[in-house]
Amino acid sequence: MIELRDVHKRFGPLEVLKGIAARVEKSEVVCIIGPSGSGKSTILRCINGLESYDAGAILVEGARVDSRAPSIVAIRTQVSMVFQRFNLFPHRTALENVIEGPIYVKNEPRAEALDRGRALLAKVGLAEKADSYPAQLSGGQQQRVAIARALAMQPKAILFDEPTSALDPELVGDVLSVMRRLADDGMTMVVVTHEMGFAREVADRVLFIDGGVIVEQGAARSVLNQPQHPRTQDFLRRILHPL
Amino acid sequence: MEKFLRDAAEFLPILLQGVGLTIVVTLGSLILSTVLGLVWALLRVSGVRALAGVSAGLINLIRGIPIIVLLFYLYFVMPDFGIALSALQAAIIGLGLAYSAYQAENFRAGIEAIDRGQIEAAQAIGMGWWLTMRRVILPQAVRIVLPPYGNIMIMLLKDSSQASTITVAELALQGKLIASSTFKNTSVFTLVALMYLTMSIPLILLVRHFEKKAGHR
Repeated sequence: MIELRDVHKRFGPLEVLKGIAARVEKSEVVCIIGPSGSGKSTILRCINGLESYDAGAILVEGARVDSRAPSIVAIRTQVSMVFQRFNLFPHRTALENVIEGPIYVKNEPRAEALDRGRALLAKVGLAEKADSYPAQLSGGQQQRVAIARALAMQPKAILFDEPTSALDPELVGDVLSVMRRLADDGMTMVVVTHEMGFAREVADRVLFIDGGVIVEQGAARSVLNQPQHPRTQDFLRRILHPL
Repeated sequence: MEKFLRDAAEFLPILLQGVGLTIVVTLGSLILSTVLGLVWALLRVSGVRALAGVSAGLINLIRGIPIIVLLFYLYFVMPDFGIALSALQAAIIGLGLAYSAYQAENFRAGIEAIDRGQIEAAQAIGMGWWLTMRRVILPQAVRIVLPPYGNIMIMLLKDSSQASTITVAELALQGKLIASSTFKNTSVFTLVALMYLTMSIPLILLVRHFEKKAGHR
């Protein structure tokens, strides 16, 4: 479904991705973990063309991702994104945020989009917040609206860029449980996260990235429970036992 | 005081004709400068280097020429190139052009103040450049842009008096004509000042309203 072939990316003199090769199959949940600045988010941003890449290829359902080509719009409607800082449109209500893409990008009839939008808000547990503005919602609620907005595009995959990193600890659980339900429904998901519990419970596979390369990858439990590479071991030790 | 009131009663009807033209010039150039300013601002943030360069050049060119010279150019020079404008047309176009530069810089500041994440969120649901502008950026930028926009309106109202230099018989010119024929300088120019002030007050209140609203969010 998503394939990365030897992807390189540099910001000026700094090479942030040094040959990333990975595949994400349909209905698979892949978690990307690694220290900050390792290039995790950049991978996600390259997949839906928010960043360009310098060499290699990224394919979504066989179509090459090129952030400057008109075809990028079609790819973005198939691969949604959920951001660390939610990025809801502050001047629109929760429901309006959700129906914005279906109405203005996919030209769905308004009534249909509204019905589906309400159903999606109900699905993330926010049916009664449809008419609230983002500023009136907690971080966790905003992120769940953002997930509903991503789902409204009826994507084939969703990219999550540290979806719980900006949340107060007590709000993390609501967002993770919504994500877990999506995974159970068979959604293809690529999740950059520091939530090792989520990775262990929900992910099929885990990629550990450091310094712009995939240091280790494999089934979630084996990478997280018996990491082979010393850098993975070191990283996990620090995350799980910060003191 | 009594003398002033008598003068006022006498001159007011003529001055009010001038007020009519002042409003026409102000509104006309406000609309023109808003539209042009928005165009310059959108070119500036288009991400296309050539368009941004053209826009930046134009803005600096317009900003660097005094309004009065711009008006003279349109009214006295353009006929040499076969473009004869009426005084009113030249005034509206000249002030509209001059103010489009300020409008453009205001709009650009408003657009650039919007969080980058908003653009990314719009792109991530497949919005193109124009849809992102129309549905996401501009509606949010309006709130930021409105208070300075109100100030530009007040400045434009006052600068519409410069149209008097190319024979538009707006408030300032009517006042000058009456004063030079009656020598009642004090009464006439006090009246003119009061009338400009009267027109400014609603605009000042409007700006205050905008500022309050912008502060709320």
